Amino acid sequence: MGSGPGGSAVADVLTSAGWSVVIFEKGRNHLIDLDDPSRRKSDYSNDEIKFTVRHFLGPDPLLEPRTFRRSEADGDRAFVGDVNNLPATVGGGGVHADGKLPRFREEDFRLLGEHGPVDGAALADWPVSYADLEPFYAEAERLIGVAGDADANPFAAPRSKPYPMPPGAPMYGATLSAAAAERLGYHPYAAPTGANSVPYDGRPACNNCGFCAFYGCPIHAKGDPVAPLQRALLTGRAELRPETFVSEVHVRNGVATGVEYVDAGGTTHAETARVVVLAAGAIETPRLLLLSGFEHPLIGRHLMCHFQTIVMGGLRERVHPHRGRSVTHVHDDHLVADAASRQAAREAGLPWFRGGMVEHCGPGGPIQEAKIYPWGDAHLRSMQKSMFRDRMWGFTMQGEDMPQATNRVDLDPRVRDVWGFPVARVTYDSHPFERAASGHYGPRLAAILDEMGAEWTVTTSSPDAALPYGGFISPVPNSKHVMGTTRMGHDPATSVVDSYGRVHHVPNVVVADSSVFVTASGYGPTLTLVALALRAARALTS
Amino acid sequence: MAHLFFSDEEYLVVEAACDLVIPGGREAGVADYIDGFLGAFAVDPPRIWAGGPFSGRRGGEASFAEFLPLSPMDELAWRTRIEGSLGIRAREFSGPVVGLQQRYRDGLEALGADFPSLPAHAQGARLRTNEGFTDLLYEHACEGMYGAPEYGGNRDLAGWTAVGFEGDVQPRGYTDDEVSLP
Repeated sequence: MGSGPGGSAVADVLTSAGWSVVIFEKGRNHLIDLDDPSRRKSDYSNDEIKFTVRHFLGPDPLLEPRTFRRSEADGDRAFVGDVNNLPATVGGGGVHADGKLPRFREEDFRLLGEHGPVDGAALADWPVSYADLEPFYAEAERLIGVAGDADANPFAAPRSKPYPMPPGAPMYGATLSAAAAERLGYHPYAAPTGANSVPYDGRPACNNCGFCAFYGCPIHAKGDPVAPLQRALLTGRAELRPETFVSEVHVRNGVATGVEYVDAGGTTHAETARVVVLAAGAIETPRLLLLSGFEHPLIGRHLMCHFQTIVMGGLRERVHPHRGRSVTHVHDDHLVADAASRQAAREAGLPWFRGGMVEHCGPGGPIQEAKIYPWGDAHLRSMQKSMFRDRMWGFTMQGEDMPQATNRVDLDPRVRDVWGFPVARVTYDSHPFERAASGHYGPRLAAILDEMGAEWTVTTSSPDAALPYGGFISPVPNSKHVMGTTRMGHDPATSVVDSYGRVHHVPNVVVADSSVFVTASGYGPTLTLVALALRAARALTS
Repeated sequence: MAHLFFSDEEYLVVEAACDLVIPGGREAGVADYIDGFLGAFAVDPPRIWAGGPFSGRRGGEASFAEFLPLSPMDELAWRTRIEGSLGIRAREFSGPVVGLQQRYRDGLEALGADFPSLPAHAQGARLRTNEGFTDLLYEHACEGMYGAPEYGGNRDLAGWTAVGFEGDVQPRGYTDDEVSLP
């Protein structure tokens, strides 16, 4: 289930080991010519309307809404619509991402052991270590095609192999913010990015078009899952079925026997299978387990995302943030505790905290910009001055999010999707940990912009419980980095799957997406979920 | 040009209102963008998603103007959003939906057929009185002004030219220097 980075990595490994695989994808196929899988499709384009206004990559929130509430005190739901929607399309979240693909560091797998418990958080150590995962990280970097500089980040964990490609061209704004950050003692580095800096794996080098985050790549220079999916299909042992919604995993006597699915015409079918792999993302995967009657009390719990601290500033000069790979520089300093952060944690009544990886980034396109300004006489002057686009630069910190049992995915008691199935309901509220870290690091990020010469800065965070639903910032987290809803562990009482993603009570059901994460770290989840998926797939075939 | 959705009279109101919310919106054909969206299903394939990968403006073969076919599910979503559920059962799986076409008909009626002939200050007053509709119109006007011209607006790249935006750039892209230097 799911043709995104996790599902496609598993399909690649299983087909190359001689297995027959059926890949179910509820979204449409805009990626590969299924009649001739060696050919890629050409539906992606530099088109702000198609990708940011008209749901081209799906899901359409009208057909497949989700519901949201902060807590049970909100009643059954407080909001219906787009809740952390990742693309529903062949290639999944790999298509729209701008492909920042960092590894986690050693301590990310053992936060409880390293730093100790946090009140109100279900902190636990992972059943895998960085060392266990390192070979799979290296394999994932080669599979996707990651451009990076192995020596640039002083905080990076050790690696067995260099990046397969050098970094691509730095964005002008990032050259300014990276220099300012360095002057203040931070350690910015070229972001490990799944966009080719040189021709790679039969795909061309990225040509910096700038329509990267939230867009499919028109020239397939991005490390979306096109390569592993094509490889799997070209073995002749994989079948990709787009526009099929899997509604149930069939289980008999503790063994999964296959799935039930609805096709594009609304007809229900069944498919038998020896192994069922779930890679539908950390909201849809637990939803499917719940729709199928799986009963572990932790299914859907410990939903995490990243608490985003967004700090933007206005510059005198134009920095053309629409050119380049959306993000070319990041820094990890705010993931590493220092005397000031320890002091701030104590003042907030917390034993410790940390922030997340900081992306040096510009804003979106001109349509998004235009909608910010008021209508009327001043509109065109505002657009020409471009305070909120061409003269804007800043940071997004992907803050570590504490796992809380009360943050969860379950089935909405009333709202149904177009196929008639209960939709996923998200219950989510932030922990003081995230808010305190954001409050501590936000002014430090603003200080970098001041050092750049910004005329003004503004600091926001997502989620923000004080703002109304429906706006750009609201109580619904903007982060697409959803994790943790079938957490992995050795003990079936405290975890849903084992370290290979196998559901403890139904071991031929394997979860191969970020649902298995035990903690969120402050790094984007994709490379880690692909490394875990590769490890899970190798365990199946060994 | 024949309109896909608006009557001639409605079109003049939309055109005047667009020109007030975005000065220059008339010349940029913003009203044509909105007409093309609300009348998307008057043509086949419907004008929802422009084609790819290139517009031809920066090399490559032009393909934006060949709109992509919709799946039955896409069509259900976009017809419901644009036309409303209209009592059709398949469109009301989560309750009735008021379509954009209806919201425009109501909004244009509230602005009045005499809207184009009013002085600017009186037009502004009517737009402010109908705030909900004006917000909707402005959103669409922004898309029509700064979106790809294949959707009907941004005529002769008027929107992008006015603000110095380079628009779609594939397959040329940008050189490394164009990315990294001021």
